[in-house]
Amino acid sequence: MGLDFSVLPPFYGTLALGVLWTVAITATAAVLSFFGGILLAVIALYAPIVIRLPFRFLSWLFMGTPLLLQLFLIYFGLVQIGIDLPAFVAGVIGLGFHYAVYNSELIQTAMIAVDKGQMEAARTLGLSRRQALIKVVVPQAVRDVIPPIGNNMIALLKDSALVSVIGVSELTLSAQRAIGQTYRAFEFYAVAALLYYVVNLGMEAVLRWFENRNRLYR
Amino acid sequence: MTQHFVEIRHAQKSYGTLEVLKDISLDVERGQIVAIIGPSGSGKSTLLRAINDLDPLTGGEVWLDGVQVNKTLPHRQYEKHINEMRQQIGMVFQHFNLFPHLTVRENVTMAPKLLKKISDKEANALAEEQLDHVGMLERIDYYPAQLSGGQKQRVAIARALAMKPKLMLFDEATSALDPELVEEVNLVMKQLAQEHMTMIIVTHEMDFAASVCDRVIFMDKGVVVEEGPPEQVFKTPTQERTRNFLRKHLEGAK
Ligand SMILES: Nc1ncnc2c1ncn2[C@@H]1O[C@H](COP(=O)(O)OP(=O)(O)OP(=O)(O)O)[C@@H](O)[C@H]1O
Ligand SMILES: [Mg+2]
Repeated sequence: MGLDFSVLPPFYGTLALGVLWTVAITATAAVLSFFGGILLAVIALYAPIVIRLPFRFLSWLFMGTPLLLQLFLIYFGLVQIGIDLPAFVAGVIGLGFHYAVYNSELIQTAMIAVDKGQMEAARTLGLSRRQALIKVVVPQAVRDVIPPIGNNMIALLKDSALVSVIGVSELTLSAQRAIGQTYRAFEFYAVAALLYYVVNLGMEAVLRWFENRNRLYR
Repeated sequence: MTQHFVEIRHAQKSYGTLEVLKDISLDVERGQIVAIIGPSGSGKSTLLRAINDLDPLTGGEVWLDGVQVNKTLPHRQYEKHINEMRQQIGMVFQHFNLFPHLTVRENVTMAPKLLKKISDKEANALAEEQLDHVGMLERIDYYPAQLSGGQKQRVAIARALAMKPKLMLFDEATSALDPELVEEVNLVMKQLAQEHMTMIIVTHEMDFAASVCDRVIFMDKGVVVEEGPPEQVFKTPTQERTRNFLRKHLEGAK
C-alpha cells in the first residue's frame, strides 16, 4: 500500500477543527502560564513563608513529574473528589500550570536582576511595595525574559498534543480519528506535523512582534 | 512637638557592629538649603536615606513639618504612614533611577496618577508643566535610554517634583555625570533654590554648595564635625578634620 494523499480532502474539516482546538488550548494555556508565572514568581520572592512553602512544593510537583500524569490526575483523578472538569479546562489547567512553573523560574531570576534602585525610586515616590512590583519591577523583568518565555510557549504548543489522551479533539486526536477510519497513518500524521509547523511559525511571528515592541525601551 | 521644619534627633544607625551614624542631630528650616559634605563612607547617604526611611535608623527620630516620619506603628499602619510621608519628600539619586520601560511622560505621571488619582488630562498637564520647568518638554515622549545623563537627571527631578514635595533630597545628583553635563543639572537645582524649595543636598561640589546653600554640614565617621554658613565652613573652618578634608579636596580637584 503506497502513499495516497487523495484520502485527505474529506477530512479537511476535521483537521481544521483540530488546528482550531490546538490553537485555542495553546493560547489559553499560554496566557495562564504567563500570568501564573508572574504570580508564582512574586509569591516565591515576596510572600510570607506560610504561603511560599506550599507553593514551592506545588512547583516541585509540577516540575518533577510527567505532564501526561498531571493531565490524567487533573482530568480522571479530581472527579473522585467531586471536581469534574471538562477535558478542555483540565487540559488548559494542566498545561498552563506546568508552564507557569517554568516561566516563574525565568521571571524570578529576571526580577532579582532588576536594579535595586528601581524599587527604591518607586518607594521614594510613595508607591507601596505591591504597587512598585506591579508597575516597575515585574514589567521590566518580564521584558527581559520574553525570548526564553517564547521558547517555553513553543514547547507548550508541542506538548498540547498530550491533551489528546484526555479526549480534547485537538490536532493530534483529529488525525488519529481520521486514521481510525482510513488506516492511512503516514498521510495524516505527516499533514498533522505540517500543520503543527505552520501554527509554530505563526506563534514565532507573534513572539517576534512582542520582542520588537520591546526594542524601543532599551 | 517640634519647632523646626525638619528635625533629626539623635539619629543612630549600625550595620552589625559598624556604627555608621553616631547620635546625629540636625534641624532644617522651611525654605533652607543645606549641603552635606564629607569624605567617602562618612555616612552622608545613610543620613539622607534615613530621612525618608529608605535606610531605617536603628535609633533616633526624624520629623517633617510636625509629623514624625519614622514613628513606631504596627506594620500595616506604618506602611500607609510612610507612603504618605514619602509623597512629601522628593529624592534624586546619583544614578537617576528612571524607569526604563516608561516614557519620560510616564515616568513623571505614574506616581501622581496612582497615588493622587488624578485624571489622564490632569496628569498630562502636570507632566508638561514639570518637564517644561526642567527644560525637558521637548523629550516628553522619549524613553530614558534615548537621553543624556544630564537630561535623565532633569527628568528625575521633574518626576520627584510632580508629587509636589515639601522637601527635596539630593544624593550626589551630579556625580555620575560627564563634566560638561553637570551645569544643566546645577542650574535646575539653583532655580529650585530661588523658588524656596527646602533642600538637603549631599554633594562633592564645594563651589556649588558655596553658591547655593544657606548652611554646610561637614560629616566624618558618622558624626557632624562642623556646621555653619558656607562662608565660615569653607573659609574659616574651626575643626582640624574639616581643614584636612577641604585641603585634600582642593588638591584632588587640581
Ligand atoms: N547595607 C550596608 N551594609 C553594611 N554597611 C553599609 C551598608 N550601607 C552602607 N554601609 C557602610 O556605611 C558607611 C557609610 O556609608 P554611606 O554610603 O552613607 O557613605 P557616604 O558618606 O554616602 O559615602 P560616599 O561619599 O562614598 O557616597 C560606609 O562605611 C559603608 O560601607
Ligand atoms: Mg553616598
